[in-house]
Amino acid sequence: MERLSLSGVAFLMYFFGNDQTLVFAGQSCATPFSMGRSCFSDRYERFVLNEMTPAASSTGSPANSQAKTPAGGALPITIRDATKAYGRIFALDNVDLDVRSGEFLTLLGPSGSGKTTLLMVLAGFTRPDYGSIKFGEREIVRTPPHKRDLGMVFQNYALFPHMTVAANVAFPLKLRGVSKPEMDQRVEQALETVQLGGYGERRIDQLSGGQRQRVALARAIVFEPRILLMDEPLSALDKKLREQMQIELRRLHDKLGMTTVYVTHDQREALTMSDRIAVINHGRVMQLGTPNEIYERPANRFVADFIGESTFLPVSVQDGVASFGGQALKVAQLPRGDHELLLMLRPERLHLVTNGEEVRDSAVNAFQAQVREMVYQGDSFLMYTELEDGTEVTVRGMTRRDMVSCLPAIGDAVQLALHSDDTVLVSAEGA
Amino acid sequence: MSWFSRPASETQITNGQRLWLYAVAWLVMIFLLAPTVIVIPMSFSDSQYLEFPPRVWSLRWYEHYFGSPAWMQATATSLKAGVLTMLVATPIGVMAAYGLFVSKMRAASLIFLILVMPIMVPVILVAIGVFYIYVQINLVNSLLGLVLAHSILAIPLVVVVVSSALKSYDMNQEMAARSLGASRFKAFMVITLPQIRFSVITSALLSFLTSFDEVIVAMFVSGGENSTLTRNMFNALRDQIDPTIASISTIMIIVSTSLLVLAQAFGRSDSES
Repeated sequence: MERLSLSGVAFLMYFFGNDQTLVFAGQSCATPFSMGRSCFSDRYERFVLNEMTPAASSTGSPANSQAKTPAGGALPITIRDATKAYGRIFALDNVDLDVRSGEFLTLLGPSGSGKTTLLMVLAGFTRPDYGSIKFGEREIVRTPPHKRDLGMVFQNYALFPHMTVAANVAFPLKLRGVSKPEMDQRVEQALETVQLGGYGERRIDQLSGGQRQRVALARAIVFEPRILLMDEPLSALDKKLREQMQIELRRLHDKLGMTTVYVTHDQREALTMSDRIAVINHGRVMQLGTPNEIYERPANRFVADFIGESTFLPVSVQDGVASFGGQALKVAQLPRGDHELLLMLRPERLHLVTNGEEVRDSAVNAFQAQVREMVYQGDSFLMYTELEDGTEVTVRGMTRRDMVSCLPAIGDAVQLALHSDDTVLVSAEGA
Repeated sequence: MSWFSRPASETQITNGQRLWLYAVAWLVMIFLLAPTVIVIPMSFSDSQYLEFPPRVWSLRWYEHYFGSPAWMQATATSLKAGVLTMLVATPIGVMAAYGLFVSKMRAASLIFLILVMPIMVPVILVAIGVFYIYVQINLVNSLLGLVLAHSILAIPLVVVVVSSALKSYDMNQEMAARSLGASRFKAFMVITLPQIRFSVITSALLSFLTSFDEVIVAMFVSGGENSTLTRNMFNALRDQIDPTIASISTIMIIVSTSLLVLAQAFGRSDSES
């Protein structure tokens, strides 16, 4: 009887915990793939071409010049036509991507965008339906994960709780048949690199979240892989520690110089750490560029919306002049092609005109608005305004002593100024 | 403050007010334990028949058990069947549980259902079915047949116990191990297995007990020199009322409870680690 009741309980537990398995198939992105599958391919090819020209490579990593590079040097990664479909949903849709040797490249996108699938394809845990992946000159699309020789850091660290810190870090060395004295020395060295020298004998459950993250990192770099993959490694840490680790990870990358592919959904993290960012959505690369390019010159509405806060105004183009609500706009550059265009308004780029002088500047666009709400945040203020056509536009400004007393009140009519360099038009596609 | 007026828990209810509940609880305990425990004093009786309470104490029925070649052979058969069932059911059950856990198939829960079916249906159905098949393939009264039949009953337990242990196991660890250079098999052996080892040991013990305690299937498919202890006990009980049964029962109770206690202890340390 006792046996039966014991198994009965476990049986019930199995079934109640089983929901994930059942819904797994519907997990990926919820958008049907038929939605404009090819709408970015031409634009996107242009990016790939741009990136491959020598002129565009001036933004390369400073890491290449560093002394301590992995044995044999870092490896470039070449992804061609990588495609992975789950049912009718494309997790990866003909992805072409070149990761330069020694570069810190971030795959940035919302959940279900395919960024993690792409990382899993690189790691070998997911095999693409077709396409080619090369590490250096070596085609690895059919190589199992344990023969790819890359370091990987997982979201929840995935440390081995039944082993000490040192045994965790020694694990990849042991598998590679490194001798005991050399192993001990390299483990200690790796722990020192992540500032955990002397922690070797600790148990995993004696470590804080940040320390676990460092152990996972030490374990991934101890065998000097030429490629390092990271899957949202900082998402479980609190904000302060996360920001500190971002800087540390970046420094470590510059010191070790391996090619790093980093996955995150946190745009600030991507902007902080990356040499280049690939913005991913619906299994496609929406834009590939430096943080600066991505933020200042987003390729389309999706990128503009995902990175930073933006309001979009519909713009009409006639004879090469863009205008909003009958008002001709002075713009940085007019995008090519005949896509529908939107004006991207970033809250921190809009200025509250206080003395009218700025507006007379020929390089400024001015907008009339009415204040709907005013939020004072100490170092800055947020002003919610409404344009004449009813569009809500947010303005963020730094508060200075002289202006605190004269901030507009709710209901005031104000003038907003936008410099022509900040007057960026984006394609309406990719929302 | 007397025990009666002390609070019974983090409430205002006193032990005195809870007396009725304590009484019910004890009654349930006695009701559950009495049938098991009553044979223990009976086994130490000097009488020719099962009697309670014994008038004269003696160890003669233990001597009779250990001195009887027939009983000893049955015991050997039961032990062999138990150990072999454990060796067959544990690896198969662990592999099945692991496979179902990592599987992304929609049919996984259906396969799980099929795997645990033998403990969901009355054992007599399994016994009859197994008997008819064994008659066809000439496995009746063989040790192999007995072990296979008992494995049918033991595998579900292994699957259920190991599945529930895997539920709380983070499969990313195995992926991490593989990314660090371990083959899939190596990753399972070095990373996963050590962390679910207590559940595996528990289910191995339960597999042994499943076979060792089992009587219904044994009635159908074991016989001759491959009769199990439980089958012979059942027959002895039907033919003559002999206190040897009581002494064997006492020994079996001790073996089973110690194994269960062990299984419990191992089961607990898995969830702690």
